[in-house]
Amino acid sequence: MMIAHTTSIFPDAQLLRRPYAARQAGLRKGVESVTTTAEEDWTALLLAVRDRQDRTAFAALFRHYAPRVKGFLMKSGAAEALAEECMQDVMATLWQKAHLYDPERASVTTWVFTIARNRRIDALRRAARPEPEDLPWGPEAEPDQQAALELAQDTERLGAALSTLPETQRSLIEKAYFGDLTHTEIAAETGLPLGTIKSRLRLALDRLRAQMK
Amino acid sequence: MSTIRHHLNDSLLMAYAAGSLPEAFNLVVATHLSMCDDCRARAGAFDAVGATVLDGCSASVSDSSLDDCLARIDSLPMTPRTAQRPAPRRSVLPTPLQDYIGGDLESVKWRPLGMGVRQAILPTSAGARARLLYIPGGQAVPDHGHRGTELTLVLQGAFRDATDRFGPGDVEIANEELEHTPTAEAGPPCICLAATDAPLRFNSMMPRLLQPLFRI
Repeated sequence: MMIAHTTSIFPDAQLLRRPYAARQAGLRKGVESVTTTAEEDWTALLLAVRDRQDRTAFAALFRHYAPRVKGFLMKSGAAEALAEECMQDVMATLWQKAHLYDPERASVTTWVFTIARNRRIDALRRAARPEPEDLPWGPEAEPDQQAALELAQDTERLGAALSTLPETQRSLIEKAYFGDLTHTEIAAETGLPLGTIKSRLRLALDRLRAQMK
Repeated sequence: MSTIRHHLNDSLLMAYAAGSLPEAFNLVVATHLSMCDDCRARAGAFDAVGATVLDGCSASVSDSSLDDCLARIDSLPMTPRTAQRPAPRRSVLPTPLQDYIGGDLESVKWRPLGMGVRQAILPTSAGARARLLYIPGGQAVPDHGHRGTELTLVLQGAFRDATDRFGPGDVEIANEELEHTPTAEAGPPCICLAATDAPLRFNSMMPRLLQPLFRI
């Protein structure tokens, strides 16, 4: 197991700003590098939920993600009460489906986003959303921790890149993800550096395919 | 897998990640992603963009919200917490498509369109329509244009039109500019999944007259 007793040191999501989180991560047993990311901390907390049904870890995840998920749903057109209701569903799903989370294929924030998006489609459009054929990752397939860490770092870098885009470009991307643009209105050229994440996810799929044989 | 030459474009993948495609288009995308790891990885990158957007959102959450959520979790039935490995697929059809058909190819309720061509409309929500097409080897689909977007994903066999050849896993993205007469390659029938967000525009009288009847 990657971490043991770190969850109780996160009494408040406010403390999880990066310097603090990075410093704590550096103190962890079994973690050689101090270049860990906030994303990696979320992974550790989610694995604690998965493996030990750790409620303290869940509380830390909730304090971080609940306001974001609720805000995302409200920006997507849900009224406050519906957004609260759907956010509760999303967070409960995170608890219930933690065993399906694969850190090599998505950062925790990405995974939470996909759950929130699917809940939004269900609630606001009352439509089904077909998903690609399942390629589940199971506990028996030991995840490549280095690959998972690098993916988490890539996702953080993407967030930094988004914040440096010109305002008009950034707001177009946001509009697209709040569901305000059709596919013909979406500009394919985002200006975001997606190449690294694409190649890393491609390698993860190759590894998964090899294990499935 | 490596033989797929015609992929989804970034606009469609981003719209799929954003959750703004009509259900019929989602079905084509999900089916193609099941056949194409390149596009699945690209779609994953667009999910990561969604994560950065989510990360920039915020709304106030009441103090009791966490307790409400924990209570909700306690009321949920216990589910097995192990990931199950899927059995290897033997069908031509990826699972998202099987879910819409309610089984494999032999469960499809085909309706004849004439000249041996058959179709089966799949149940999706309004905004776009998804259908399976069965085109006997060597047979052409009447030439047509498009008012909106038409996505055609080959599941079995192959077809050609003026632009190129499309084999299993390939997806053709047609818009207003494309007029074409897709023709199945000689040999086994070509089976496609097609989705349109506006009625097709046929260039000859017969298909035009039949259009309302066949809902194409």
